[in-house]
Amino acid sequence: MKTNENSRREFLATTLLAGAALAGCGGNPFTPDEVTDVKPSGEMVKLLSVDGEIIEVDKAFLKPVPEMPPVANTEARVGIPGKKFAMVIDLSRCKSVKKCQSACNHMHHIHPGQNWIKVYPMQESEKTAPYWQPTTCMHCDEPPCVKVCPVDATFKRKDGIVLIDSDRCVGCRFCMAACPYSSRVFNWEEPQIEKEIADKPYSCETSVPQKKGTVGKCDFCPDMVRQGGLPHCVSACPNGVFFFGDILEDTVTNGAETFRFSDLIKDKSGYRLMEDLGTKPSVYYLPPVNRNFPFENNEKNEKA
Amino acid sequence: MEKLAENKIIEDLLPQKFGKQGQIWVVCLLAVCALGCYAYCRQLYYGLEVTALRDYASWGIYISNFVFFVAISLVGSLITAVLRLTDVHWSTPLTRIAEIIAVSAISFAGLIIIVDMGRPDRFYNLFTHGRLQSPIIWDVIVITTYLFISLLLLYFPLLPDLKIMIGFKERNGKWLQKLYEFLGSFWKNKPEQFKITDKAINILSVTIIPVAFAIHTVTSWLFATTYRPGWDSTNFGAYFISGAFLVGAGGVLIAMYVFRTHYKLEKYITDDHFDKMSKVVVLLALVYLYFNINEFLVPAFKMKKSEEEHLMGLFTGEFSPIFWFAISASMLVPILILIFKKGRKPKWAFFAGILVVVGSWFKRFLIVTPTLLHPFLPMHDVPKSYTTYIPTWEEWAIAGGSLAGALLVITFFARIFPIIPIHETIIETDSHEKA
Repeated sequence: MKTNENSRREFLATTLLAGAALAGCGGNPFTPDEVTDVKPSGEMVKLLSVDGEIIEVDKAFLKPVPEMPPVANTEARVGIPGKKFAMVIDLSRCKSVKKCQSACNHMHHIHPGQNWIKVYPMQESEKTAPYWQPTTCMHCDEPPCVKVCPVDATFKRKDGIVLIDSDRCVGCRFCMAACPYSSRVFNWEEPQIEKEIADKPYSCETSVPQKKGTVGKCDFCPDMVRQGGLPHCVSACPNGVFFFGDILEDTVTNGAETFRFSDLIKDKSGYRLMEDLGTKPSVYYLPPVNRNFPFENNEKNEKA
Repeated sequence: MEKLAENKIIEDLLPQKFGKQGQIWVVCLLAVCALGCYAYCRQLYYGLEVTALRDYASWGIYISNFVFFVAISLVGSLITAVLRLTDVHWSTPLTRIAEIIAVSAISFAGLIIIVDMGRPDRFYNLFTHGRLQSPIIWDVIVITTYLFISLLLLYFPLLPDLKIMIGFKERNGKWLQKLYEFLGSFWKNKPEQFKITDKAINILSVTIIPVAFAIHTVTSWLFATTYRPGWDSTNFGAYFISGAFLVGAGGVLIAMYVFRTHYKLEKYITDDHFDKMSKVVVLLALVYLYFNINEFLVPAFKMKKSEEEHLMGLFTGEFSPIFWFAISASMLVPILILIFKKGRKPKWAFFAGILVVVGSWFKRFLIVTPTLLHPFLPMHDVPKSYTTYIPTWEEWAIAGGSLAGALLVITFFARIFPIIPIHETIIETDSHEKA
């Protein structure tokens, strides 16, 4: 059993490096017997092996990587070494298109009606200007949710991300009461997801599949970040509202534009929400000045 | 107390079989419990979806019921420990009533918290992955400690009574006789044994006071350690404790009346006991009123923006009927009844006790839910049903079932054991005669 596991891993590592996996025509790409069933097409493709040598493989044996294997729980709890992630949300660019929300809901298979990203119509007082304020999890450096969790199911990683381990969560909902940003949601019933997704191996980095009786929230998409990508909300926003990056590298990007984080915060007077509570969020906001769009609160924006 | 012969005392106080009333009472409680179990099975199957709890009001009547149970259980320490250590003797006949209320309430507090969990199947995680910085773990520790100390405080004074009961073999029947012998056959009424138990009870009485304060202070910290308006208060520990003593004392008034009338114990639970216990309730209600004024007047004076919505919701808004009912029923009206000598007669005191307990239950609801419905950021991007909280029948059935369960434990205890300590009553009467 163990040797089988090892050879699997080696096999997988090889194919991942090459950017493709050798596969049979059957459902399981790891069964060598089935590989022989594939008839060579004669068309050869050059690939890089684990040892750094260039090898040639018949194209018929190639298949896209079916699923990135999730990182181990112990690794997911530590985080990506040498990083400290942060987000900058530019309120002057937001017109509540909510593409961030729908992309997030779609990719994390969130229960219909619930949202990890909320887009609030804000107005501090009668005479002040209204504006849209998208909120994610703030990934606080002093997270009140982590403080109160009785079983270490929600935890702060070295790279700044606050995650939930749905395999450990007991569903006491103390974290929901503790979070001043109302960013946590609860799976009140069995998640309504297709079997294919429900059968996926759970990882706290993908937060998929959601589990009945446990808490969920924005996770900064560490699975995407680990692959060098951006969180889904960042890439989905047509107006480039969300910037994501590493504070240690001092850069943030929305995909199209990249800024030096410290300059951006300095030049545009960035701030964080509820600074007085001492939670030290990792999400920064740029004030809604010189706006790209006027504020229009139409009913169609209001799903609730 | 009138002079009573020892035999008469024993005969009066031995546990009695259920009469017709008792049987109806037990059947009703069992029915409520059964409905609660059925509702809980549905909840286990469908998930917490069957409740009205949603992302904003994520705690509801389960948690307020939990706070209520923890609160009422504090009376055990008040009557047994505080009054014992201050050398108050009139409360002796009430100690066992108070202690069984404490034991049954604290057990059901533990059960109802499991009911509230989204994953009760992972309860063991609290022990395998418990983290000491979470107030929930503190609560688990102090509540377990309190349960064990209360059980011992129930058991030790019971030992001489067990010896008396073992003597009534025919009356007991086979099953009860075995139980009594299992629990107390080693007790021989030897002076050394009394010396040991007296010492043990004294030590336990001293220990239970800080533990009792801890259970309810820590329970208040489940709320006060968050930032939320209505919970973010340094007053919370004392506010909870004073309220807890009040509801417990109210519960004792009710139990005194019920046991007295049902078992014809007028000679043992006298009008004088009602008079004194009522005065205790008035004192506790005044203390609780003081903490309420602290809790609401000070933030209302400032009316910080984050607090305003919450406070106005209580004073004049959607929760105002429950709020003013709870304040008047748990404090104002009982004080008005019980400050008069006539009001301290058993019937009125019983009525005041009911007001205190019912009002206090709703007070706990007001502590938990309105705060959750007034978050810092406005409620948004959720279905409309998420913005209100009206408990479903499953929640009422489960909460009601837990209350009925606690009453059942008390009822069966009174069926099996003497609810008024026999031995201590005899001693007290003797010392009266000598004096």
